[in-house]
Amino acid sequence: MFKWLHPYAKAEKAYQLCSTLRPWFGWSSLSLLLVGTIWGLLFAPTDYQQGESFRIIYVHVPAAIMSMGVYAAMAIAAFIALVWQLKMSQWYIVAAAPIGIAFTIIALVTGATWGKPMWGTWWVWDARLTSELVLLFIYIGILSLYSAFDDKAVAGKATAILTLVGAVNLPIIHYSVEWWNTLHQGATITKFEKPSIDASMGWPLFINLFGFALLFAYLACVRMRNEILLHEQHRPWVKQQVQAGG
Amino acid sequence: MHFNSFAEVLHMGGYGPYVWFCFIFTFALLIGLYVQSVRKTRQIHQDIRESATREQRIKQAKEADLL
Repeated sequence: MFKWLHPYAKAEKAYQLCSTLRPWFGWSSLSLLLVGTIWGLLFAPTDYQQGESFRIIYVHVPAAIMSMGVYAAMAIAAFIALVWQLKMSQWYIVAAAPIGIAFTIIALVTGATWGKPMWGTWWVWDARLTSELVLLFIYIGILSLYSAFDDKAVAGKATAILTLVGAVNLPIIHYSVEWWNTLHQGATITKFEKPSIDASMGWPLFINLFGFALLFAYLACVRMRNEILLHEQHRPWVKQQVQAGG
Repeated sequence: MHFNSFAEVLHMGGYGPYVWFCFIFTFALLIGLYVQSVRKTRQIHQDIRESATREQRIKQAKEADLL
């Protein structure tokens, strides 16, 4: 497997891989999000306790899961960047972080908007909400640290260390609803047992979750290509690529 | 379809503003991120093309000086 993966440590190969995958991720994400959102908004049955307000789940839960998933992927990349000194994985961290920020903000804002009618408050300083807010600050810290260095090789290394350290927050977010008393409900789908959601409500949720994941993959390809071009702009292959219009 | 009329869809059983705000906010932010990413690609391409033409000009000027 490593023999197969190895060429992609080279910028040109990685760029080509992103270019090949990009349209597949883009179109599959768009169609899944359309189906999942319309199904969730118009066709899923009403919740017996929360009425129609539960439909916020179809953007809140995928965004929240992906805010952690994106971070987990960044932490793996950070580990690879530190152990094998691969520039590609350093650049990947910088390419993925803004997408993680967007998902985290969506999770926080839709969560607050859901909390107002259901809990009677926009915000409480309890474990789940606070740890998710800390995740947002860690994401912002990663990007700030990267832009604080002029030497991008040093910046990449420092960023990888911070990313790896910040991963300690992930289990805290996930188990916050079990370890502490919180207004937030426990896990519905991110657990090992059967999901505690009926299929008629669950299908659009899973479709949107995959839609969000593929959207992340698409945006990561676009942003990874940007990072590669920025870092490699003085190489002949980049000049050829850009002149050819790709 | 779960709803009987368009008005009911907008109303969302009384939670209309909350539900619609969440969906509009989510997709507006994601579209914004998409637009920003694609614009950056275009910017980088333009910068690379400009610096290529500048290099070309400098090279030509140097050759003209030598003649």
